[in-house]
Amino acid sequence: MVKVKFPTVFVQITKERKIEIEAKNVKELLDKLFERYDGLKERLIKDGELTPFINIFVNGEDIRYLKGLETELKDDDEIAFIPAISGG
Amino acid sequence: MKVIALKCKICGKEFPPKALYTCDNCFGPLEVKYDWEFIAENVSKEKIKKGPLSIWRYADFLPIENVDPIDLGAGYTRFIKAENLGKELGLKNLYLIDDSTNPTYSFKDRVVSVAVTKAKEFGMKAVGCASTGNLAGSLSAHAAKANLPAYIFVPRGIEKGKIIQALVHGANVIEVEGTYDDANRLATEVAEENPDWGFVNINLRPYYAEGSKTLAYETAEHLNWELPDQVVVPMASGALLCAIYRGFEDLKRVDFVDGEVIMNGAQPAGLPIAKAVKSGGDVIPVRELKTIVHSLAIGNPADGMFAKEIIEKTGGYAEDPSDVESIEGVKLLARTEGIFTELAGGVTIAGLKRLVEEGRIDKSDVVVAYITGNGLKTGESIVSYLEDTIKIKAKLEEFEEVISW
Repeated sequence: MVKVKFPTVFVQITKERKIEIEAKNVKELLDKLFERYDGLKERLIKDGELTPFINIFVNGEDIRYLKGLETELKDDDEIAFIPAISGG
Repeated sequence: MKVIALKCKICGKEFPPKALYTCDNCFGPLEVKYDWEFIAENVSKEKIKKGPLSIWRYADFLPIENVDPIDLGAGYTRFIKAENLGKELGLKNLYLIDDSTNPTYSFKDRVVSVAVTKAKEFGMKAVGCASTGNLAGSLSAHAAKANLPAYIFVPRGIEKGKIIQALVHGANVIEVEGTYDDANRLATEVAEENPDWGFVNINLRPYYAEGSKTLAYETAEHLNWELPDQVVVPMASGALLCAIYRGFEDLKRVDFVDGEVIMNGAQPAGLPIAKAVKSGGDVIPVRELKTIVHSLAIGNPADGMFAKEIIEKTGGYAEDPSDVESIEGVKLLARTEGIFTELAGGVTIAGLKRLVEEGRIDKSDVVVAYITGNGLKTGESIVSYLEDTIKIKAKLEEFEEVISW
């Protein structure tokens, strides 16, 4: 099982902030989340790509700098969806 | 009420004007939507003229309702006709706004004054931010004035000189292992867990960003309510350039000015926004930040795509000077105008120089460049590029020998 954390802005759809779920990689995780939460896919995927406004981190590292959707997951990994806000 | 909603910049969905920053429909960033009829009825050039000598002279344009501002005196800084630098670069009408003279020595006082005032208005219990230095100093000072605890997240190994200010004002400075982007991610998570804390560049971001619009108002006011032909703005996240653009648009909306300003950006070589403008491609985040200009080194700029859009829409351009050019820019400004700016200011001057050399800025254009911070904070980073002192014995002959060189 991996641990997944959603930002407040997901709660309208997910109704919860933290879940545990089985997934081998980020792509499988997303597929499972899309199946579980109605409306998430339409919001997160634009023109076949992940929206640039949400970053996905695995154990604190942006998946862009890992293997993207192919990033492998193992038990107890922490996956966080975080709004892309930086700088000022 | 001046502020009627927060509005998604992407899909347009509106939200009540609370401490929100992300759209729940498309996850896009939010911005403040104003009641322009209300503002137009209240604002006037005469009222501004009589107002305080700070950003709060433009209070009618700022997203604050009925609360006393936390005002350390941010803004309304020196507006200078840069004759010497202009001559050096071949410009007849070059002006500078010198924000190195703000209360905590950077333009961040403009945004922080608005954000901390908003935190007070919301009744928040603490304020915070992720910072590469300037924001930390500014937030700590304003938090002290507002009697609020401050939590500042900085990357591990940050130069002590950059956090002395934060520490002296009594902020809790949290040094996070990793880069700025790591510190920022953690701060975002903390903001998510503590909705009654105001993270100025995260959950107060829509309001915070508005503070920089005052640079546009000041520009126009000092030019007797005319718009400049072109401006040059340093870019990190791109938020500053976007805000200055919105400021000019606001002034047109209330019929204070008309015309268009060409918006140019400057960012250290290798960073995403300037790269995207120059290549014509998308703003793509970068992981490795090689520049010594830490205050502009943001790998994943939140407002990058909007800044690029504005630059292109207004017919501007972005330049990406090297570190060496930026250091030369710092020295050039210091030696021509007597202003010691931080490296980000050097990027602006170096970017301006390139824009003139490329013929993108005309000799007679009225140009305003924004000098956003003070050089003393990052003095150690340029010291090795300066001439050494001249060492002599305490004898008149030795000095005379020096001046005979």
